[in-house]
Amino acid sequence: MIIELKRIIKAGFINFTRGGLVSWAAVLVTTITLSVITTIILLQAVLYFSLSTIRDKVDVTIYFNVGAPEDQIILLEESLKQLPEVAEISYISAEEALRVFRERHQNDYPTIQALDELGENPLGASLNVKAKEINQYESIANFLKSDNMLVLGSANIIDKVNYHQNKLVIDRLTSIISGAQKLGFLVTLLLIIISIIITFNTIRLTIFIVKDEIGVMRLVGASKMRINGPFMVEGAIYGVISTVITMVIFWPATAWFGGNMTSFLGLNMYDYYLSNFFQIFAIILLSGIILGMVSSFFAARKYLNK
Amino acid sequence: MIYFNNVTKTYNDSMALDDVTFTVTAGEFVSVVGHSGAGKTTLTKMILADDSPTEGTVFFESINIHKLKNNDLTKLRRRIGVVFQDFKLLPNKTAYENIAFAMEAAGKTDEEIAADVPHVLDLVDLGNKILHFPHQMSGGEQQRLAIARAIINQPELIIADEPTGNLDPVNTHEVVQILKKINDLGTTVILTTHNRGVIDSVAKRVITMENGKVVRDTKNGK
Repeated sequence: MIIELKRIIKAGFINFTRGGLVSWAAVLVTTITLSVITTIILLQAVLYFSLSTIRDKVDVTIYFNVGAPEDQIILLEESLKQLPEVAEISYISAEEALRVFRERHQNDYPTIQALDELGENPLGASLNVKAKEINQYESIANFLKSDNMLVLGSANIIDKVNYHQNKLVIDRLTSIISGAQKLGFLVTLLLIIISIIITFNTIRLTIFIVKDEIGVMRLVGASKMRINGPFMVEGAIYGVISTVITMVIFWPATAWFGGNMTSFLGLNMYDYYLSNFFQIFAIILLSGIILGMVSSFFAARKYLNK
Repeated sequence: MIYFNNVTKTYNDSMALDDVTFTVTAGEFVSVVGHSGAGKTTLTKMILADDSPTEGTVFFESINIHKLKNNDLTKLRRRIGVVFQDFKLLPNKTAYENIAFAMEAAGKTDEEIAADVPHVLDLVDLGNKILHFPHQMSGGEQQRLAIARAIINQPELIIADEPTGNLDPVNTHEVVQILKKINDLGTTVILTTHNRGVIDSVAKRVITMENGKVVRDTKNGK
């Protein structure tokens, strides 16, 4: 069995080296397929990065009346933290709000002067709430309107919740994000299927060229595995070489994107490529080997029926 | 050894074999003659199970060839050596590797292969072409290589389908002499040809075919 395996692997390597241009044509097509898969991985990263950036920008702010007692606000904050939908809450005190306001308007002299003339802080405290998922803001808003608030005694300290003003934007963003994810998935699937079909057909052609040899091997008494095995090894070699070529090509390509397109894409592709190099390498290598071996197996099997 | 029982083979409307019945005993040298399209190649395909009969049965000893499962068929083929008119060598393998492949298929060890391949290449006078690819050899050399591959596993039966069809008279004579020598050593040989000179030089049993039928079966045909 081990001798048989050794012979099959050796024959696969010999077939590849003697296959010449045909072998390299198969490597080229497999490289194109693996490049498509790598591009899709990188584009998905950009898409998910953009979507998570958009998601991060969505929040709900609860504004409190001026002079609302801090202990009641903290009580509400604690009860909001208990909600499973809530990812993060930040408390901005009335003093902090005033400081930020002054900082923002430091060059706006009339506003600062009007504020100074007031003599007291006209701003209330606020709680900034971020949900885990963008579609969970509604249930947080509903919680704030519910009877729980009466129990907590918070109903009379809330000035307003900006969810209802932001609702339209949040709803639109929710549908855009889910649409983008679905479209991304469909395009990915379609491109991968097309690439696999092209690679499969190329490998099929390389085996079609030697179909008479397969017939001779059968008549000489070779077992199916002895005939099919070297083709599968050859397919795996296509996968390994194509992976190396793809990873080498994408190194300078992502470096260029990282240097020139980071502000446009929002994500430094080169950093992403380097920090996920081994994961991408593993995905591409496995895809290449499986694609090469499975294509070869099915292509050669056609001529092995008897 | 080989038994054809009322074997008929049709391809669409044309009849390649028409109710063929004959027996080949172990150790015989049988020449099957006939014009192109007489059914000679179809006959050899039936023995190799490269094609199956429309009607009738073909036995190799007590085995109904066309009832065999794939694995058993592979084992049976290892008991038969085949030589073709167009040589059917593996073009991407050297002379050594072509023969080694047949031995590997039969489960021989690396040591046996290393010992036997140079020896059999010497036997067919190709000892100096061991690392040549088929395209680097003449037609006669390629056919001798095909014969070496056919005999390397010491098969019980050699089927030579028009082995001299692409050869000049000198190479034809050489190939026939090698086949006769193989037969003298006890291996059954079935040779198909349309070359009258080959049959005359063999001077053994001749089965004559016409339009898929066996029309004559003579013991010492000339």
